Amino acid sequence: MLENIDMLLVKEIISSVFILAGVAFMLIASIGLLRFPDFYIRMSAITKGATLGVGLILCGMGIYFNQPSMLLKVIAIISFTFITAPVAAHVIGRTAVQNRIPFWHKTNTTELQDYLKHTLLEEKVSPDEAADNNHHTPE
Amino acid sequence: MKTFLLHIIIAFVAAYQFFLHLQVLPYNATTASGVFFTVFFLLWPTSLLYHPSYFRKLPKAINLFFFFVKEVLLANLKIAYDIITPNYIMRPAFLALPLTLKDDVGITLLACMISLTPGSLSVDLREDKGVLYVHTLYVKNNELEQMKKFIKHGFERRIIELIT
Repeated sequence: MLENIDMLLVKEIISSVFILAGVAFMLIASIGLLRFPDFYIRMSAITKGATLGVGLILCGMGIYFNQPSMLLKVIAIISFTFITAPVAAHVIGRTAVQNRIPFWHKTNTTELQDYLKHTLLEEKVSPDEAADNNHHTPE
Repeated sequence: MKTFLLHIIIAFVAAYQFFLHLQVLPYNATTASGVFFTVFFLLWPTSLLYHPSYFRKLPKAINLFFFFVKEVLLANLKIAYDIITPNYIMRPAFLALPLTLKDDVGITLLACMISLTPGSLSVDLREDKGVLYVHTLYVKNNELEQMKKFIKHGFERRIIELIT
């Protein structure tokens, strides 16, 4: 009996730690979305923070319920989230670069010119336009 | 990959039958995953007989998985620290990462892993599959080469070992 109660308590503590860590990561990622200086950094913060947050919350849930059927669902949700999140981030980032969304002024963009030279939109870029691509954004 | 899937299915069915017919262990997630992984790792040495490269690759895949989890957690903590402290310590950069990987699956895996590690985002791949363009935060002292070396040595080397 005593052992049983102990196990429940341990399980609950572990799952609470996981869920609280996930919630904290998601909260911090949302704050980052508000206060980071440019589009790319904001996207880095929000996509990854939210993905890890969802993963940790679901891990906590799986530990809490401790049933094989629940565990399988949790694993399925986590793996699909981790497969789809980077694809969305990649597509949004690529579109942003090709539409010349400005970078933060501290960003090192020396190798961006090399990229712009090789993209399909090459004919649209006149040399002076490519040179002042690195607009200064307000901090 | 086929062997891996086959082993997973065998281990799953074995665990299911184990709990259906024997009442030795209580039925919950811990014991179920315990039985599953026991069967899975008992099947692993038998692959020496029919699929030797699988025997070699499974530890590397597990190594890659744990390295990836470690990187994701560390980088998330770093970016969280940057968010909750008033000054930015990040120095973002746009990198052109030359690839030694030539395999499509490997490049996809590498791009997804780079995107999932916070603070780096794979933006585009050059048409000849030679260069992956990456947007990273946290490039120390503007040393682009060192950052490239870190990605190449950390992720790409492990993926190359896994695929070839």
